[in-house]
Amino acid sequence: MQPRRIAADVVVIGAGVVGTGIARELSRYDVRVVLVEKQADVAFGTTKANTALVHAGYDAEPGTWKARLNVRGNALYPKTCADLGVAYKNCGSLVVAATENEAGYLHELKERGERNGVPGLEVIPREQVIELEPHVNPGVVAALWAPTGGITSPWELAIAYAENAVANGVELLLSAPVTGIGVRRGRAFSVRCPGVVMDARFVVNAAGIWADDIERMVGRDDFEITPRRGEYYLFDKRVGHLVSRPLFPVPAELSKGIVVTPTVDGNLIAGPNALLVGDKGDLSTTAVGLAEVLEGARRLVPGLPIRESITNFAGLRAVAAPIGDFIIGPSPGVPNFINAAGIQSPGLTAAPAIAEAVRDILADAGLALAEKPDFNSVRKRPTRFSELGPEEQSALIESDPLWGHIICRCETVPEAEIIEALHRPVSCTTLDGVKFRTRAGAGRCQGGFCGPRVVAIIHRELGISPEKVTKKGGASFILSGRTKDPLLERADECVDEREEVGGRAHCRV
Amino acid sequence: MRIAECDIAVIGAGPAGLAAAARAKQCGACRVILMDRDRELGGILNQCIHNGFGLQLLSQELTGPEYAEHFINEARDAGVETMLDTMVLSVAPGGRITAVNRSGGLMRISAKAIILAMGARERNRGAVTIPGMRPAGVFTAGAAQRFVNMEGYMPGKRIVVLGSGDIGLIMARRLTWEGARVEAVLEILPFPSGLTRNIVQCLNDQGIPLYLGHTVVDVHGEERVSGVTVARVDDSLKPIPGTEWDIECDTLLLSVGLIPENELTRDAGGELDPVTGGPVVTDEMETSVPGVFACGNVVHIHDLVDNVTREAWTAGEGAARFVAGRQPAGLTIRTRAGDGIRYVVPHILHLDNLAARDVRLFMRATRPDERVQVEAVVGDQVVFSKFERVVRPAEMIALTIPRGKVSSGVAAFGSETRLIVRVRPRDCDAGPKGGAKA
Ligand SMILES: Cc1cc2nc3c(=O)[nH]c(=O)nc-3n(C[C@H](O)[C@H](O)[C@H](O)COP(=O)(O)OP(=O)(O)OC[C@H]3O[C@@H](n4cnc5c(N)ncnc54)[C@H](O)[C@@H]3O)c2cc1C
Ligand SMILES: Cc1cc2nc3c(=O)[nH]c(=O)nc-3n(C[C@H](O)[C@H](O)[C@H](O)COP(=O)(O)OP(=O)(O)OC[C@H]3O[C@@H](n4cnc5c(N)ncnc54)[C@H](O)[C@@H]3O)c2cc1C
Repeated sequence: MQPRRIAADVVVIGAGVVGTGIARELSRYDVRVVLVEKQADVAFGTTKANTALVHAGYDAEPGTWKARLNVRGNALYPKTCADLGVAYKNCGSLVVAATENEAGYLHELKERGERNGVPGLEVIPREQVIELEPHVNPGVVAALWAPTGGITSPWELAIAYAENAVANGVELLLSAPVTGIGVRRGRAFSVRCPGVVMDARFVVNAAGIWADDIERMVGRDDFEITPRRGEYYLFDKRVGHLVSRPLFPVPAELSKGIVVTPTVDGNLIAGPNALLVGDKGDLSTTAVGLAEVLEGARRLVPGLPIRESITNFAGLRAVAAPIGDFIIGPSPGVPNFINAAGIQSPGLTAAPAIAEAVRDILADAGLALAEKPDFNSVRKRPTRFSELGPEEQSALIESDPLWGHIICRCETVPEAEIIEALHRPVSCTTLDGVKFRTRAGAGRCQGGFCGPRVVAIIHRELGISPEKVTKKGGASFILSGRTKDPLLERADECVDEREEVGGRAHCRV
Repeated sequence: MRIAECDIAVIGAGPAGLAAAARAKQCGACRVILMDRDRELGGILNQCIHNGFGLQLLSQELTGPEYAEHFINEARDAGVETMLDTMVLSVAPGGRITAVNRSGGLMRISAKAIILAMGARERNRGAVTIPGMRPAGVFTAGAAQRFVNMEGYMPGKRIVVLGSGDIGLIMARRLTWEGARVEAVLEILPFPSGLTRNIVQCLNDQGIPLYLGHTVVDVHGEERVSGVTVARVDDSLKPIPGTEWDIECDTLLLSVGLIPENELTRDAGGELDPVTGGPVVTDEMETSVPGVFACGNVVHIHDLVDNVTREAWTAGEGAARFVAGRQPAGLTIRTRAGDGIRYVVPHILHLDNLAARDVRLFMRATRPDERVQVEAVVGDQVVFSKFERVVRPAEMIALTIPRGKVSSGVAAFGSETRLIVRVRPRDCDAGPKGGAKA
């Protein structure tokens, strides 16, 4: 069979927060952009598993990409999130010193931050820390207050970037793993996925922990990525009030240490630890790692109740060797192949700035960027029932009764919201996709209650048979097949479509 | 926004809510509204298509739906109004309920009394912290039960069950009957947490191995579960290094306990018991919030539906009395779990009630034991005692204190006095004298 051919000015590989941000930035201009992602949805890589902090920018070594793009990205967050309807909270952050020795280090951090251009840093005394954070370890000595620190929702941002990019003309290919890149006379000219060939004038490599594999496709081997895993505890909203902003310990050598932070949805997360792993698929959590996380978290917030834990997860940092910094720019010898690689922390914060930087690099490399008059920078936040007041809720149900049918009991997600998520510009076909868009299944019962109901809605809305519905694409099937019960076989034939809401086959005979 | 008024609003239409609503109506409450978020009355019973329900109360061996039907009819005959597909979103401290459904939209319901009967949810992987990968194929046993019994789909073909709770045992059998292979049931404790009859009928009779003192220490598979690593645990329930082995499977079912669903109770300001996870209640099944009652799994996890119904009757009667302004007044005594007992419900008893009627206490043992006396003690007096051939944490113990056994004289001991329930070996005669024997 002939592969489908697509002509593109720019092919962006990887639809994490970095790739989607770049695609959306480029969609301002009159260029043909294709964004390709190997997984079933955007944001299924590192973007779905990190601490979700908008860092202030005092950590990175002055002069590095990390330092510059962190501070610039941080400054771009309020407007980016407002335009795209993404949750963002500028709550500030605290680095908590537990000893006099550590308190001394706070001044070092403050100074480094100031050199990076971080505004408003201040070392505050114990009493003030306790006033801000009553549940912090009472042994606290002082803290570094960073007023520009904040929290966001990484997948909301990537999904919003992708939706806005698509609305502005970007073509998004999901479940499309890049398998090869054609190179001729030192330039990349085509990108291949199963069944698709893209003719490309420029290629952007935003493939996260797989970026070294992608670079090898153009015959270069400039860096090697070894994932460094971070494990987490996620806690029930009930204890979300324990902290009001991210609390960091004084940083360790390899990472910013184990943090305790609220999330924009009102939960609490604790993590990550840091462990190099050999396998890029190894997102497992370990008993040892989780114990380390809990211990670290309790140094900051001693009262953290383990019985309010609702799930654990792990994310992989794209640690590139030998270069410790972000790798942003053309591959040596392949001037139209641009890396946005080694984007470990603070990559989420930097993403809006990385998009600008890559845009400028593309322009320097010869991509003509004429602004589109009809570019629309706004993407409306999807309606979330649980965020509305009673009058608005009533009005919605009046307009469509399915707003009154609650599918996810923990997060109060009505059926109408799930249906809406399944029909937005970026296709969503999986249980995790629904979870990231609506929070159905993200609450304390973790989908035990709504899982079967969401499977039924996906089946009804998208025509995917229940056995084919997956958790996260690929072979992650939820079910293995039908039971032997012949009665139910028959029931299947007399289901009234709408009656099947909630996943129950009703046979009226 | 629509507004409704009633005497009693009952939240949750499982066996607890059904029996409480019917009884409240029979006891003279005027308008009783029973609400459930599901599309049918009956609660969790609808997916329990196995038999074994109602042996004690109805002297028949019924399936879950049959048992439910009995009480659905009773509620209907009593004139209880029902609202299905209706999610209660909140209960304000003053007792005002906010609920939502498709036809009525957002609704305010004010009731003179409320009965909470929201049941329980299953403990999931996060609640027990199972390390490893996070592929598809990890289910709570109840979710799998819903898929199999109500939707006609199989969760997998090769199954490992973690936890020997009743739902897991029932599902091990059900899945075997449906053609799946259940490789093993693992229980971290040295004794099973499900009913003995379920161990026998669901595991032994099906040839499914039960590993006591074992747990899952790793989950494998990127997209779908491909196996688990299990290990033996030591006395402190920590996995013993070197005892691990792998089991190939495509599904891990969790039957690791239920958590009373008390978000609304918290909303309403009700005090919770950290041991049961449910509200602190009186012998009227009233919570710490006046006019708010509770019964069933929302209070503490029951293993027999018959006890749920009994408890619900008490709550229905209590709520009806509250509405009629005929609540017991006067002195109360608190209960306490003594040696060998994990918890006792209710937490507070009215001396007037103890004088006027039989008062039933529910409790669980901390450890399995044989040939014991379960006794209720006030001060140095054994006020009631009952012989039990075996006690097991898995099987709830009911102790009915006959009317008049606790005299109002105990008030003389002062407000710090507790009615302590404890387990005592039968053959050693160390206990205080003067106790009545059952
Ligand atoms: C534990 C941890 C904590 C962190 N905390 C923070 C924080 O608090 N604040 C912060 O600013 N940053 C944080 N970060 C960093 C941040 O999460 C990352 O920098 C950011 O998510 C990287 O996004 P990305 O788009 O580069 O990568 P990804 O989200 O991994 O996206 C790469 C995408 O490329 C796709 N891909 C790979 N190969 C191919 C192929 N062959 N064909 C097609 N597609 C392909 C992948 O499927 C993936 O979706 C943290 C990171 C980790 C791991
Ligand atoms: C799988 C399983 C097997 C069992 N096997 C047996 C057996 O063989 N024999 C036996 O005697 N007992 C058995 N039991 C025990 C017994 O059936 C249960 O203890 C009993 O069903 C609990 O009743 P309940 O009414 O408290 O809770 P549920 O039956 O869980 O009912 C609670 C109801 O409240 C509703 N609800 C909750 N929150 C809201 C809200 N916010 N708004 C509206 N509605 C809400 C729920 O939808 C649900 O319908 C079994 C239990 C289970 C789970």
